[in-house]
Amino acid sequence: MAVVETRSLTKVFKEGELGAVNSVNLETREGEFLVFLGPSGSGKTTLLRMIAGLETPTSGEILIGGRVVNDLSPRDRRIAMVFQSYALYPHLSVYKNIAFPLKAQKVKKDLHKQKVEWAASLLGIGALLDRKPRELSGGERQRVALARAIVREPAVFLLDEPLSNLDAKLRASAREELERFHRRVGTTTIYVTHDQVEAMAMGDRVLVLNKGVVHQLGTPTEVYDNPADTFVATFLGSPPMNLAELSDVIVGFRPEHFRPVSSVNGEAVAFRFKVENIEYLGSEWIVSGTPASGKLGGQKVFSRLNSAQDLSLGGTYDFAVPQCELKFFDRSTEKRVEPKVVSWQ
Amino acid sequence: MWGKVVHVLVITVFTVLLAFPFYWMVITSFKQNVDLYTMENNPFVFNAKPTLDHLKFLFTETRFVRWLANTTFVGIVVVAITLVLAVPAAYSLARLSGRWGERLGIAIFLTYLVPQTLLFIPLSRVVAYLGLQDSLWALILVYPSFTVPFSIWLLMGFFKSIPKELEDAAMVDGLTRFGAFAKMVIPISTSGILTVVIFTFTLVTQEFVYALTFISSESNQMIGTGIPIFLVRGDVYYWGALMAACLIASLPIAFLYNLFLDRFIAGFTVGAVK
Amino acid sequence: MAIARARIKSVGAAQSPLLGAAMFTPAVLYILLLVAGPFSLAFLYAFSDARIGNTEMHYVGLENFRSILKSPSFRMAIRNSFIFTICSQIVVIVGANILAIALEKTFRGRGFIRFLILLPWVAPIALGAIGWKWILDSIYSVISWVLVALHFYKPFNAPMWLGEPHLAIASVLLVHSWRLMPFSTVLLLAGRTAIPKDIPEAAAVDGAGFWRTQFQIIIPMMRPILSVAVLFGLIFTFTDMTVVYILTAGGPFDSTQTLPSLAFAMGIQGSDLAAGAAISLFLVPLLIIIAYFMLRVAHRAEVN
Repeated sequence: MAVVETRSLTKVFKEGELGAVNSVNLETREGEFLVFLGPSGSGKTTLLRMIAGLETPTSGEILIGGRVVNDLSPRDRRIAMVFQSYALYPHLSVYKNIAFPLKAQKVKKDLHKQKVEWAASLLGIGALLDRKPRELSGGERQRVALARAIVREPAVFLLDEPLSNLDAKLRASAREELERFHRRVGTTTIYVTHDQVEAMAMGDRVLVLNKGVVHQLGTPTEVYDNPADTFVATFLGSPPMNLAELSDVIVGFRPEHFRPVSSVNGEAVAFRFKVENIEYLGSEWIVSGTPASGKLGGQKVFSRLNSAQDLSLGGTYDFAVPQCELKFFDRSTEKRVEPKVVSWQ
Repeated sequence: MWGKVVHVLVITVFTVLLAFPFYWMVITSFKQNVDLYTMENNPFVFNAKPTLDHLKFLFTETRFVRWLANTTFVGIVVVAITLVLAVPAAYSLARLSGRWGERLGIAIFLTYLVPQTLLFIPLSRVVAYLGLQDSLWALILVYPSFTVPFSIWLLMGFFKSIPKELEDAAMVDGLTRFGAFAKMVIPISTSGILTVVIFTFTLVTQEFVYALTFISSESNQMIGTGIPIFLVRGDVYYWGALMAACLIASLPIAFLYNLFLDRFIAGFTVGAVK
Repeated sequence: MAIARARIKSVGAAQSPLLGAAMFTPAVLYILLLVAGPFSLAFLYAFSDARIGNTEMHYVGLENFRSILKSPSFRMAIRNSFIFTICSQIVVIVGANILAIALEKTFRGRGFIRFLILLPWVAPIALGAIGWKWILDSIYSVISWVLVALHFYKPFNAPMWLGEPHLAIASVLLVHSWRLMPFSTVLLLAGRTAIPKDIPEAAAVDGAGFWRTQFQIIIPMMRPILSVAVLFGLIFTFTDMTVVYILTAGGPFDSTQTLPSLAFAMGIQGSDLAAGAAISLFLVPLLIIIAYFMLRVAHRAEVN
């Protein structure tokens, strides 16, 4: 039995308009870290808010622990949520913030102290219990929000872009902390983000959404290596997958597989490649340019290399993509199809 | 479902309670006297044909139009004085004097809390001393004492929201400090200044105590005092005309106030709402 | 070029203090002359025998205070001032909170409803009060008509709303509450809309129902704005004489007299400026307390 399940879940905000979430079917696995990934307006937050009970579905069902919860208010769903802003109660101390769900759910009073201290120690904020939220740093606020979520031992955690308010440096460490926290408590977690790095790094599985439609659900390796369609292929990866329209198919290949012909083994497709821009990013190089001939002629293509010192701007080189790294998509549906033999010339 | 019923109920009850006197003014204004003063009649409906007699009476037999004109005149002059005093003061307190300016700003705001009912007795003597008894100029002299503090306070908040870089850029481009104020800040502050104009004008129309104390003759009354005092002859109340006058005087002010409501609220919140 | 620019700027900055002072001095002077001046005069008169029509005056010490403290109308006035102020504030805060919650939701026609609800506050209070005087008329009161129609009273036997002391007090209270309700409502509404939507949602997820969310989260978070609403409400009611003057003129038998209306009756109508000034000075202690709390709210808002 899945912790969270949705069946043809749909949300339409304005009648006649396209749904913000369209017929989403989803089943979480016990204890997994599931990421909803998509650009802004993809419906990922709406989907999460429907699961939380903060938004009423237009149609479809939500099940938590095997029970349809459509008509239950958030408080009766055994969920906990961490908001983008953390939504800490500014007038209450950290202790009272964490104790609030216990009070609201009428947990026996003599258990409060013990439970709050347990949650606080789990997140290492035992020393902050008397402070007010405004006296905390961003990272500390996040931990208080997590403590407030864990304290009532929910069936599922819902996290809505909890890292987006932190600066870049803090974000990496907060991410690590969240992962450690999840491993420790083992509670099923749904995490919403628009940041593919977060999704790849943290997710056991990733649900890629766009315009309210599920494009793919799979492990980070699956969605990266075997994108279900051109949207997933281009949304994940930076720079995105190179796509080329060839007769009736779209062929895609990742920049890291597009490299000088000398370093490519086995069966491969080769081009003459004119280098137009070189960016040095420290650990790697991003080279962009246009194939000099064939059907790809004139189209911008990216390559990701460990070293580009042999290349110079304006030069033309022989590059190649291994045959096995080519992905094929249908030209009209843009969905993934079986590999085909195509003519590149 | 229940929530919706309660919601509609709450809104309806409060709206009826709060707006009822104005609804009653409308009804009364158009009823014939026989209808108004017959106790058996259902007062909520027109038992006789509606009439314009009360309006005719108000505009031809009373000084109502004169009072409107007085109020407008005082309002315009007070608005002008308020702007001349408050705009530069608010700007300098918002910008030039730092923390000290902030404190002075709050001190000025506090003077707004000093009520007319505390000052009208000594002021009546000041007015007499200046020979301004029963003159609209007494009101013009005194009204800015409460319109200026609140206007400074409103405008300070407004000027603070204008990025300082804008004036810095203007000064770098060759304007003086005052030039930057006059040529950059004032033009982009028109909506803030308009708010002050409306607010000052409504304060003038709403004032009662000073107008009651300083003005005695019928032809020099403001609407706020003229209607309740001079539309009553002895013990005779001309209710139809009274209600029509109240309605005509209230609605435009209410309408203007509504347009700028959010800004007035910002002035009243003393920074307690961000 | 850069140097030239820097010089222009520093010249501007050097002029600032003087220019700044020149810009706010006229306003400050005006306020000092017309607020601080009369305010001190009020103290002076209260210890004198100043009368209208007599330019001379003499120091009489506490004589004015002694005589007004003895007067029953004064005691009545001070009692009424507090009754009106406190009771109307209670009615207003309870009502305004309920109304603000209801108005927070968007619904069709909300703009028009808001206009109607605001009328008592934005229309000149003197005119609103006359509206009530007609509604509470001794013979043609619509309230009486309804009560008679519902058989609570026999015809011609309905109560005189403004003619019996207790009913008159209740009527003045009603009109004060009616007048202030819109003001507090829009302030509280502004306070509510300033609370991020996340907060009540977090409370809902945390298991709080409607009442708990209101009383333990929203209303405590609105404390600063609630204080502002109450402080302004106290001042407006405590210092108002318009409502009483128009509805009852202090009657019947001084039963609705308040400090300001009594000060007017004695000081202006009775020509005894000294007594009027002495009475109005009793407004000052409460004003000081309110000003103190107002400063605290402003200071806290600045700190956070």
